[in-house]
Amino acid sequence: MSLITAFLWSLIIYLILTAGSGSILLWSPEELIAGVIIAAIIGYATNKIMGEKFSYFFNPKRWLLLIIYAIGPLFFAMARANLDVAYRVITGKIRPGIVKISPGLTRDESKTLLANSITLTPGTFTLEIDDEGNFYVHWIYVPEGKEKPTPEELCRYLPKWARWIGE
Amino acid sequence: MIEWILLVLLTIGVTFNFLASIGILRFPDVYTRIHAATKCTTFGTIFIVLSAIVYSIYRWLPEHNNKWIVMGIHSLLVLIFLLLTNPVGAHAIGRAARRIGIKPYASVIDELEGFYDEH
Repeated sequence: MSLITAFLWSLIIYLILTAGSGSILLWSPEELIAGVIIAAIIGYATNKIMGEKFSYFFNPKRWLLLIIYAIGPLFFAMARANLDVAYRVITGKIRPGIVKISPGLTRDESKTLLANSITLTPGTFTLEIDDEGNFYVHWIYVPEGKEKPTPEELCRYLPKWARWIGE
Repeated sequence: MIEWILLVLLTIGVTFNFLASIGILRFPDVYTRIHAATKCTTFGTIFIVLSAIVYSIYRWLPEHNNKWIVMGIHSLLVLIFLLLTNPVGAHAIGRAARRIGIKPYASVIDELEGFYDEH
């Protein structure tokens, strides 16, 4: 089963990269044949390395949620982040600090997703993650009395989405 | 019409990249500079790449020439890889700076104080 998923995903990536090369739909016959052969080799070679992780990574539900997340909530948060940083650049009002949050994520993939999202969104970027899954985040404007924030106070709906997509 | 859409997208992109450059000059230490350098350049560059995608779609529509599909798809891939790699670079620079002991400027709280002595 994991052999087939690996083959299909390699083939899809190959077809995306070579789209527009010819006249059978969008691809030339040479590219199609080469794509099938290369995808088969990759599928066979990565089968043993990746093992059970395939069903996790190549779950279409996760990818659909990830695309929705990237276009909707993440883009909106990034727009807010940029207006916020623009405001700080112009006025010079900063109150920086390194705070600690415990979002309680267990998998490496969801931690990566949340850390990347935190870096791209308002006034925060991830400096360090320790073994217990605590995030150490540099916050450019720590509000008064929020030196020990909860994950929701720091980055709103992002931990919720990371949990939906990654866990 | 298409010129105006492209103009708006490019203006937004260039404005944010410009603000990021000012931020890098103006902020006091490495951490706050990383804020300006990652967020604004990512967002600004997204809009510049989006204008390339819109242009390729516009040129593809009347003549259905494959080279515009290639341009559009490759621009989209640039966008995806930019979003994936930019935060990772910022994290690596910030972590390295904290590891060699650079203190954050005027920080009200520093939870990482003494963290690297234990680890």
